[in-house]
Amino acid sequence: MKKLWIKLLPLFLYPGLGFACEGDCTKSPWTLLDPKGPIATDEKHLILTALGLMLIVVIPVIVMTFAFAWKYRASNKDATYAPKWDNSHAIEAVVWTVPAVIILILGIIVWNSTHALTPEKPIASNVKPLVVEAVALDWKWLFIYPEQGVATVNKLVIPAGTPVTFHITSDTVMNSFFIPRLGSQIYAMAGMQTQLNLLANQTGTYRGLNTQFSGEGFASMHFNVNATSAQEFQDWVAQTKTGGSKLDDATFKKLETPDEPAEPVLFSEVRPGLFQSILQKFSGGHEMSASHETHVRLAQAQK
Amino acid sequence: MNETALFGKLTLSAIPYTNPIIMGAVGVSALLTLLIVGWITQHGHWRYLWKEWFTSVDHKRIGVMYMILAGVMLLRGFADAIMMRVHQAFAEGAGHGFLPAEHYNQIFSAHGTIMIIFVAMPFFIGLMNYVVPLQIGARDVAYPFLNSVSFWMTAASAALIMVSLAVGDFSQAGWTGYPPLSETQFSPTSGVDYWIWSLQLGGIGTLMTGINFFVTILRMRAPGMNFMKMPVFTWTILVTTVLIMMSFPVLTITLLLLTLDRYMDMHFFTSNLGGNQMMFANLFWIWGHPEVYIVLLPAFGMYSEVVSTFSRKKLFGYNSMVYASVAIAVLSFIVWLHHFFTMGAGADVNAFFGIATGIIAIPTGVKIFNWLFTMYRGRIEFTTPMLWTLGFIATFAIGGMTGVLLSVPGADFVLHNSEFLVAHFHNTLIGGVLFGYFAGYSYWFPKMFGFRLDEKWGKRAFWSWIIGFYLAFMPLYALGFMGMPRRLVHYDNPTWQPFLMVALVGAFVIGYGVVCQIVQLVVSIRNREALRDTTGDIWNSHSLEWSVTSPPPFYNFAKIPHVEALDQFAHMKENGINHRSEAPFEPIHMPRNSGVGVVMGAITFVFGFAMIWHIWWVVIASSLAMLATVVYRANDEDVDYMLSAEEVARIEKQGAQATVSAHSGLSHHDMITQG
Repeated sequence: MKKLWIKLLPLFLYPGLGFACEGDCTKSPWTLLDPKGPIATDEKHLILTALGLMLIVVIPVIVMTFAFAWKYRASNKDATYAPKWDNSHAIEAVVWTVPAVIILILGIIVWNSTHALTPEKPIASNVKPLVVEAVALDWKWLFIYPEQGVATVNKLVIPAGTPVTFHITSDTVMNSFFIPRLGSQIYAMAGMQTQLNLLANQTGTYRGLNTQFSGEGFASMHFNVNATSAQEFQDWVAQTKTGGSKLDDATFKKLETPDEPAEPVLFSEVRPGLFQSILQKFSGGHEMSASHETHVRLAQAQK
Repeated sequence: MNETALFGKLTLSAIPYTNPIIMGAVGVSALLTLLIVGWITQHGHWRYLWKEWFTSVDHKRIGVMYMILAGVMLLRGFADAIMMRVHQAFAEGAGHGFLPAEHYNQIFSAHGTIMIIFVAMPFFIGLMNYVVPLQIGARDVAYPFLNSVSFWMTAASAALIMVSLAVGDFSQAGWTGYPPLSETQFSPTSGVDYWIWSLQLGGIGTLMTGINFFVTILRMRAPGMNFMKMPVFTWTILVTTVLIMMSFPVLTITLLLLTLDRYMDMHFFTSNLGGNQMMFANLFWIWGHPEVYIVLLPAFGMYSEVVSTFSRKKLFGYNSMVYASVAIAVLSFIVWLHHFFTMGAGADVNAFFGIATGIIAIPTGVKIFNWLFTMYRGRIEFTTPMLWTLGFIATFAIGGMTGVLLSVPGADFVLHNSEFLVAHFHNTLIGGVLFGYFAGYSYWFPKMFGFRLDEKWGKRAFWSWIIGFYLAFMPLYALGFMGMPRRLVHYDNPTWQPFLMVALVGAFVIGYGVVCQIVQLVVSIRNREALRDTTGDIWNSHSLEWSVTSPPPFYNFAKIPHVEALDQFAHMKENGINHRSEAPFEPIHMPRNSGVGVVMGAITFVFGFAMIWHIWWVVIASSLAMLATVVYRANDEDVDYMLSAEEVARIEKQGAQATVSAHSGLSHHDMITQG
């Protein structure tokens, strides 16, 4: 088994060698290990730290499995044989304590990292965040830039170095909004608003997608994220404003028809308050975020 | 959709006769069924099967039938797996593979449902049915007839899933069936209803089994067997039954609420009119996470029995093992939210559930170390059951590690819904659960049938499974780090494809392992005389099930043993206590076989089918029929009999002869003349 593993090793390494990078060779295919933003970088380090901690137990377990199996094989009559030996307080203490200590350390890491990385937490920066409203549709993403007054389908342009605050909802089933190279995903749910704060610290084109299975067109539900310079972003907004159609209620109604658009769509103008009305369509006038609702429920429960 | 009074939503167009792949699968299934039915008819076995098996209320017979059901459904679930792997390996770029999305989506939904509910559950329920009463020195379970009803309800639910292949479609909403996707608006066909009713009716069967074995273990242990003298497998089953009783009602209610949404336009989980889709996710996993331990804990019990037997040593840290099982069970109820950290519950909630999940790793780790220290200073024999156990320890260590990693919310934010997750739960369900059941199957097989399984084919099966597992699932871990989400019907990233190719090869290697297991069974049955065990204690083991003949007499114990020690049978052998009962015998009170369980199963199937297709008159008729059957059974006074002392003596003598003649080389005839 071990030999087979060694044989297979090159195959696992080969995409890492940049062998198969098409076009953009600045990116490794190991998406999660090649982050392009602070959130994703923290998450990568968190993963590696947690793995390293656990290997303290896992490696000895695997080694002991092979070592004990070999040493105490029935044919090895030289090995000590103690058929009645079934208890040792020293060993018991160690096998309860070591995992407990590791989990204690991990628990502290979990508490701290969960609070540091919680998706609704704004990213500290001198630059004012860009707000993007993301709406999951069957089977495409609509992005509304409320401050710029433009919108896109399946194309996200953001300035690198500027924090982006996403307000996310769904006009259909449960989706999950995720840009792997920038970090954290979060669910998009109809009638509810979730928040996600991300930042790209390098320009480039990254993949964004829905990870929550959403029906027939699920596999097509991905888009490119262009992280540009601040100037390029301004230019793109200005250019988008000049051409293209307007996103009003009638156009949105058409967008709601389930399909898998091949090309991104740009809108030069957006009906103000469209995002709010998509939310309210489900909640009958009460806007609620998932975490807000949880807070309300917790508060009620505590009373 | 138009409904008729006579057939509800059902029309001829529900049969997908234009789809060659589905029709092929239906054809193969139908052909296999016909072959088996034909064979049984030709050999005139129907009467025997009906009298001795279908109507049996003997926990041993029911156990075997559960395992046959699990085996058949494993083949179905595995066929689904192969189709998915083949498809994904070639679904890159414009190719899009050979399956259309609506078919692929049904396959992964069916695969998950079948493997959890109709393979893992009946497999361990079969083993526990056979073994637990024997281990605790009981003659049967507390409610033998209920046991039969549970089995036939489970079989009926499995049949419903099989029928969905030929009539209508199966759910396309995943095995978790999250609304709003599973609501009528997004899933208007009968697919989700097949999922609901097979889960619902099978779940009720499971709940009844849980109650049955809980009472059996609490009330029917042999005198002297206090809790800390209970075999460790029985302990894990006791804990499992508590989990079943506490979690399955949640599933029942959750499915019922979804049913009300779909059938009566209610709004428990819809997006609008006050429905709350997050509530479904919570309720589903309040059942779903304990369910993980419901299938895992029995496997832990099996490993404990096997590792002690084949290390020729007492189990290390019995007390720790018991406390760890209980701790795992308690903790399994406070971790469900880790299935959806990305729902936006906030940092405090996420951190709580993340830490709670991490804590489960402590008792689990203790168990692993205790198995290792059972091997320590032992005399390890590498039999097939022991190989499965060793393969498990090394493999499960990896699966546990990736599980704890996923329990860290910050890590889960990027690994959720990815192929990494798929790799993780297959790592625990194959390397943890299934390996355990295979260990238990090869360990207890000689007890069930009086001959052991062929070792050569067993070892081939083991090596194929474990190599195939690593080939099939290690690439998926890697793909998770490459950003590949689960459940993709096609993708446009060429760097993923080589990994999926390796995974495909792995699936075929596992497939060879499955073939080896089938061959092993056939070869073993053919060579059964050479593989025969006449001692009843083929492995020189330690618990009471090995103190009776293999297979045991239908009443298990002519005289109920008196338990003085943990590992009572080892205690008897060491102290020269005769473990075989001696005359004079006393009459034994036994339950009578009953066809009512089969009838209830059939009614369950008809009811489920009618609900799925909205054939209301059949729903009403089958409900009345079920009620009538219950009333009939409740008024049936002739449900038990006394087995006379002479008959017991006769059967015991036969068993004793078989044992002695094997030891002394004397034939039956010699024994009788000498006797």
